[in-house]
Amino acid sequence: MHKSPQQKRLRTAFIATALFTAGAVQAGEVIVDQHNKTFIVEGNKVEAITINVGDTIRFRNDDPFFHNIFSLSDLKTFDLGSFPKGQSKTVTFDKAGMVEVECAIHPEMFMEVTIK
Amino acid sequence: MKTHSILTRMARKALFIACLGAAAGGVQAAEDYSSFLRPAEIPQPDNNRITTARTELGKMLFFDPRLSGSNWISCGTCHNPTLGWSDGLPTAIGHGMGVLERATPTILNTAYQPLQFWDGRARTLEEQAIGPIKAAGEMNQDMDELIKELSALKGYRDAFEDAYPGEGITENTIAKALATYERTIVSTESPFDRWVKGETHAMSKQAQQGFEVFLGKGRCVLCHSGFNFTDNGFHNLGLKDDDDPGRYGIRKVKILKGAFKTPTLRDVALTAPYMHNGAYKTLEEVVDHYDRGGDSKENLSPNMQPLHLSASEKASLVAFMKALTGEPAPVTLPQLPTE
Repeated sequence: MHKSPQQKRLRTAFIATALFTAGAVQAGEVIVDQHNKTFIVEGNKVEAITINVGDTIRFRNDDPFFHNIFSLSDLKTFDLGSFPKGQSKTVTFDKAGMVEVECAIHPEMFMEVTIK
Repeated sequence: MKTHSILTRMARKALFIACLGAAAGGVQAAEDYSSFLRPAEIPQPDNNRITTARTELGKMLFFDPRLSGSNWISCGTCHNPTLGWSDGLPTAIGHGMGVLERATPTILNTAYQPLQFWDGRARTLEEQAIGPIKAAGEMNQDMDELIKELSALKGYRDAFEDAYPGEGITENTIAKALATYERTIVSTESPFDRWVKGETHAMSKQAQQGFEVFLGKGRCVLCHSGFNFTDNGFHNLGLKDDDDPGRYGIRKVKILKGAFKTPTLRDVALTAPYMHNGAYKTLEEVVDHYDRGGDSKENLSPNMQPLHLSASEKASLVAFMKALTGEPAPVTLPQLPTE
């Protein structure tokens, strides 16, 4: 049966949500985009997300300039270096707690990651 | 002739939209013309709303040299409204005529900046306002002594009571009043703004070409973005003979070694010399620096690269930056309390 573009979009959104939920339950990968100098998960701006111990976040740059994601939190210190549009870097969070994530170049980009 | 004129306007508009789209990863559209105009509302915190009494008190404090330990340096000594709210010097001169390491940044449009100082160490204007007063190299003032001095003057006691009823004269109310005054110092309409609003001849053809270079080949918009022409970000521009750690002093992340906050380009024609250390006297020298892709390559921002601009493109860029300068708002000086 032919599906309208709207139905297709809804289906895609449902699958994306299901995958994200599945990723949060099992050790998996969560994609966090950098777009317009904000952190985006599944199309929505986020300032805090919750993941499970063992999950990996893939930071994907969708802006036409460099970003440099880092954290100086005691629980997980990392510096992904600078990377341009279209590239991504990953971090695996292997301990429970809270990690503050920022872009060094654009400090307005700030996100709390709670690891359960 | 008329058709040609309309086509020219359409072509210009299309180019403008295309450039905006390209600059922002293709996500902006025609309605984003307004994003290059200063938002009418000035950002202000809930616990320190702008009022006339607060602004007037803040202005008195701003221009009062008694805020310094020497009673000789006011905020306005370095942030001089007749010099683009800066001082015209390569780097600032502070207490005891000591020469400081960084240039005095303009305070124009600081209300719109999320972080203050070249290295972004203050998160609010209230926090920023107190920094230079206490800094030994700058105004070298003892805060308790300042509060005592201000409290001895009826003019200030009344002004503080009007502005912050029941809160008294404290470090907190001094900070809030100064921050309020600073928030009111905003850019006026420039030729560029009038051009954005549709006044075709408000900006010269050369400046319009400069805007194209700014958005495209010049790569300027990668950092100088938005109405205030800053991404509020931090970048190492590869200045020669400069070992200032910059933002790295606040955040120990490698890319921030030698990185400084992107300054606004509003009223940029009024704020020479340029860069955080005042290295360049003219906008032409600044453009040459970017055209070379910077000088020092150590920890250079990845946004920097040789541009290979022609002489005409460089000149047009300078013309465009000058078109970002408006007629400064007139400033009247306050009468300071003497008793």
